[in-house]
Amino acid sequence: MELIKRGVVVEDGFKRVADDGELSSGDVLVSWARLQAEAASLLARSGRVGVRVPNDVDLEALAPYVEQLDLIAIEFPTYTDGRGYSLARRLRERHGFRGELRAVGDVLRDQLFYMRRCGFDAFELKEGKDVAGALEAFREFSVTYQGAADDPRPLFRRRGG
Amino acid sequence: MYQYDQYDQRIVDERAQQFRGQVERRLSGEIAESEFKPLRLQNGLYMQLHAYMLRVAIPYGLLSSKQMRSFAHICRTYDKGYGHFTTRQNLQINWPELQAIPKVLEELAGVEMHAIQTSGNCIRNTTSDQFAGVARDELEDPRPYCEIIRQWSTFHPEFAFLPRKFKIAVTGTPGDDRAAVRLHDIGIRIVEGERGERGFEILVGGGLGRTPMIAKVVRDFLPKRQLLPYLEAIMRVYNEQGRRDNKYKARIKILVDALGVEEFARRVEAEFELIKGEGLELTDSEIARVGAFFAPPPHESLPDSDAQLQALTLGSERTLGLWVRNNVIPHRVPGYCAVTVSLKEKGTPPGDVSDYQMDRLADLADNYSFGQLRATHHQNLVLADVKVADLPALHQELAACGLASANVGKLTDMICCPGLDFCALANARSIPIAEEIMQRFDDVDYLNDLGEISIKMSGCINACGHHHVGNIGILGIDKQGVEFYQLMLGGSHNNDASLGAIVGRAFAQDEIVGAIDTVLRVYLHQRSSPEERFVDTYRRIGMEPFKEALYGAN
Repeated sequence: MELIKRGVVVEDGFKRVADDGELSSGDVLVSWARLQAEAASLLARSGRVGVRVPNDVDLEALAPYVEQLDLIAIEFPTYTDGRGYSLARRLRERHGFRGELRAVGDVLRDQLFYMRRCGFDAFELKEGKDVAGALEAFREFSVTYQGAADDPRPLFRRRGG
Repeated sequence: MYQYDQYDQRIVDERAQQFRGQVERRLSGEIAESEFKPLRLQNGLYMQLHAYMLRVAIPYGLLSSKQMRSFAHICRTYDKGYGHFTTRQNLQINWPELQAIPKVLEELAGVEMHAIQTSGNCIRNTTSDQFAGVARDELEDPRPYCEIIRQWSTFHPEFAFLPRKFKIAVTGTPGDDRAAVRLHDIGIRIVEGERGERGFEILVGGGLGRTPMIAKVVRDFLPKRQLLPYLEAIMRVYNEQGRRDNKYKARIKILVDALGVEEFARRVEAEFELIKGEGLELTDSEIARVGAFFAPPPHESLPDSDAQLQALTLGSERTLGLWVRNNVIPHRVPGYCAVTVSLKEKGTPPGDVSDYQMDRLADLADNYSFGQLRATHHQNLVLADVKVADLPALHQELAACGLASANVGKLTDMICCPGLDFCALANARSIPIAEEIMQRFDDVDYLNDLGEISIKMSGCINACGHHHVGNIGILGIDKQGVEFYQLMLGGSHNNDASLGAIVGRAFAQDEIVGAIDTVLRVYLHQRSSPEERFVDTYRRIGMEPFKEALYGAN
């Protein structure tokens, strides 16, 4: 599976494991349900652990795991559902999540710029989309007004400075 | 007015470029219409009944003569020679070709304009009081805060895919709300705190549409510097908790109503407590930087002109006198006044202006009002800094280009949506009904006798014509393929905001204007004095007398 990660196209290093699938060695990506059910054994493994969460996940419930997770993948059920942007900012700015924050699901080129600003650093584009072409999206704007996860200072604190 | 610096300019230039690419990908088939739709919508491009419609943002309604000339050029070159000013202080062109849109956006960017977020489920153009900076009863000019909100909301990365569209309005005149802030998702009123310090009252959850609601106070005093953190807190609560399962229940008003305003406010305040330390609070220097752009123009030092203005209304030139009486308000600077140019002319849909008229209006703005114009949420235009001594000449020039209707605030100063003539959502036509009203109630003495009264008309329940808050509201409905019109009475959009009530069964197309005539007769007969406004008479006597006159004893 190809991913856009920090601006380049890479192969996904995490293996997706189904809820009833066997945990092989190496880095695994599990569902939110499985993480909650098997947190102790999952996090005790030697490989890295990632979790795929719905965009309305209870952040209070997720928070205790944040420090031990290497990857959080946030689902975009449709690209018009913008809850994942707020969730991403909370994870980065409030909970200090430093691992990989991945956008998955209905992820299209024209959201990438906003997603990156909200703290996503990895993007699994919707199946069949031009991954290399999508890289252009990051270069479409060279100025932003708001502070966000990528730079907390709004433009008025940077203007002329 | 606000002038772009290199940063603002780069954003609109890059946007025009980005949209050019999106259009190219759509035309080449690389992206499907379903994927293109939210992209074009974030750029004000709708698909209407017959063609695309492009909505251009006029931030808080303020535009320069240069920008107006650019509109004229765009309407002439890429459209059918006219544009339409909307109730949200924007401009719409109804017939552009998709291929031409990138070029239009480049031309707009060249005069510091854009179509960013004029549609779609995002934060829309912030609207304001058309008399900002000139009204005598104003506490403080709201436009610097509108501009600050414009910048914060433009391409906000977190709030581009909200549950539904989102509209913010700001007024700096707490005593007379000319921006209808109680009918917006967020309404902001500049107010004075206990020690005379300025801040904001924040209202949330107003709006029309299928479920009209008046906004409720969420914060009665917010220090100015906390404006953006507080807005961000409201937006985040809405983005995460607003309903997304049903588009008709997705506006923030439904969330506020479901939670109750106390619980909604508690959630916002909790989020605000966390956000306010994150660097978003405004600096005094930013407030001053933006504020300086809205300093008054260089008015001449003139003697007081109130008596002169009064004399004009009673002068021998009756047409001029009536126009001054209805369309001109006093200014805070002696010798000046603010003129509303009515866009409600017989034979023209409300809000429509031709390319020729746009060019003429730009000239008149240059010659009489420091090169600036304002669009109002009543679909009129304002020249805000006109010398009282220039009124006769200005009136003559406006009359020469068909823009001297003396009906501001009167019955024929109607608000009306495009209706079934243009809109894919509409159930009924609005423009022909508006025209019939214009024709029927044409006598200016009769209009003045009726006094302050508003008619607002929508061609469907989405309420773009704000029928709920018209003193007289008209709603187009469809009954088995036939257009009918429901009549509502008692709405208001001002400080005394109220929602109208349906009188009874709907009227056929050939009955509705007669029904309005009946309503007006009841009012004239029942009012306690010529000074009692229609809405006050209605509030005093209630629905029954109107009902009886309209439907008889049965």
